[in-house]
Amino acid sequence: MCLAIPVQVVELLPGDQALVDAGGVRKEVSLALVEGVGVGDYVILHVGYALHKLDEQEAKRTLELFAQIGEAAPSTAGSEALRATNG
Amino acid sequence: MKYIDEFRDGKLARGLAQAIRAEVKPGRWYNFMEFCGGHTHAISRYGVEGLLPENVRMIHGPGCPVCVLPIGRVDSAIELALERGVTLCTYGDVMRVPASGPLTLMKAKARGADVRMVYSTLDALRIAQGEPQREVVFFAIGFETTTPPTAVAIKQAQALGLTNFSVFCNHVLTPAAISNILESPEVRKIGTVPLDGFVGPAHVSTVIGSQPYEFFAEEYEKPVVIAGFEPLDVMQAILMLVRQVNEGRAEVENEFTRAVTPEGNEKAKAVVAEVFELRRSFEWRGLGEVPYSALRIKETFRNFDAEARFGIGYRSVADAKGCECGAILRGVKRPEDCKLFGTVCTPEDPIGSCMVSSEGACAAHYTYGRFRGGAARRTG
Repeated sequence: MCLAIPVQVVELLPGDQALVDAGGVRKEVSLALVEGVGVGDYVILHVGYALHKLDEQEAKRTLELFAQIGEAAPSTAGSEALRATNG
Repeated sequence: MKYIDEFRDGKLARGLAQAIRAEVKPGRWYNFMEFCGGHTHAISRYGVEGLLPENVRMIHGPGCPVCVLPIGRVDSAIELALERGVTLCTYGDVMRVPASGPLTLMKAKARGADVRMVYSTLDALRIAQGEPQREVVFFAIGFETTTPPTAVAIKQAQALGLTNFSVFCNHVLTPAAISNILESPEVRKIGTVPLDGFVGPAHVSTVIGSQPYEFFAEEYEKPVVIAGFEPLDVMQAILMLVRQVNEGRAEVENEFTRAVTPEGNEKAKAVVAEVFELRRSFEWRGLGEVPYSALRIKETFRNFDAEARFGIGYRSVADAKGCECGAILRGVKRPEDCKLFGTVCTPEDPIGSCMVSSEGACAAHYTYGRFRGGAARRTG
């Protein structure tokens, strides 16, 4: 029910509406709950409403952090076995 | 899709799994509750439990709106549609929730009721505008994520001067449910549900921010890490919880920084505060009556309140016999502990609400986890 997806704003439309691109699918959604959203921005879309602007810098930082943590973690026998089974 | 696929990367997942494995202390248990059904779904679907060490245990929480909606409320919605002749609009998940009888909104529709599945509150408004002769009721359920869109629809209906649109409001609040769990005898006294921390809501927190959880960290000394709904988000949050436990900290941390800020979405919070007010008490399936845990429509928007317009009262109805949804929603039992699970209760023909929505613990376990030995071994 709380599921929401990141979509990119393609065009601003009248009446607080916007055309967004969701993985190639175009859809008209409401921007009534957000402020300062422009074309090219990513927003979190939930039941037809943009709920929040997605901070692309933060997303990048989070992914970099994941990579650093993985590199820093000691490789163990258990995880080697996991790699063997998971491919 | 961008900002989804990257957060499901298998190589990064293995790296995070190694980090968790390296940091957990052997000889102690780590019991974390993922509050949200969205997290439950991600954990089951992507096999996150299989990547965790044996001493890290995930407990499913009650954050699935369809699951916690009590039967009496669904009965009222069905009554509106079947006996009062309204056009009842609601989200897809709600259509198959078992009510008394054994009716569902879907079955009521088959009996001739005008029940329509909508994607958005705006669709319900359009139906009301397009069919002025019909009395249109939006059956609203959901946590703080789903509440602002309902508030916008009510304000828009007022601006449009619609007289045939109203909302049957069942919106509930996350912090109240977390308090209820922390205050429950199973957690506080009996200790049958040991809890070392929470994976906090993703999209609820985009609206309410991270601040409301600070109370739990301070008052109950339980760490909370807000996490996105993708598998890597969940794993990183588990790592952050393990670190807090190891270091004896109980803080609110935010893994989902790409969409959650401390204060949340002020515009959404303002429209919710304008349209809704707290209910003194509300019944949750599994948790029972929870004080100040739900919202109702304010007197100033009374014309759009279906409860006032149709005189809807509330009657509490017990769960189906043998159904363990209540205990599962409190984290006391697991889906496989229920006698009905996978026998008479399946996603195709659910008896209990946890089997209905894909976020429900039973549906997630039935679909993805049944045949995973590791998950079953950790039960109990």
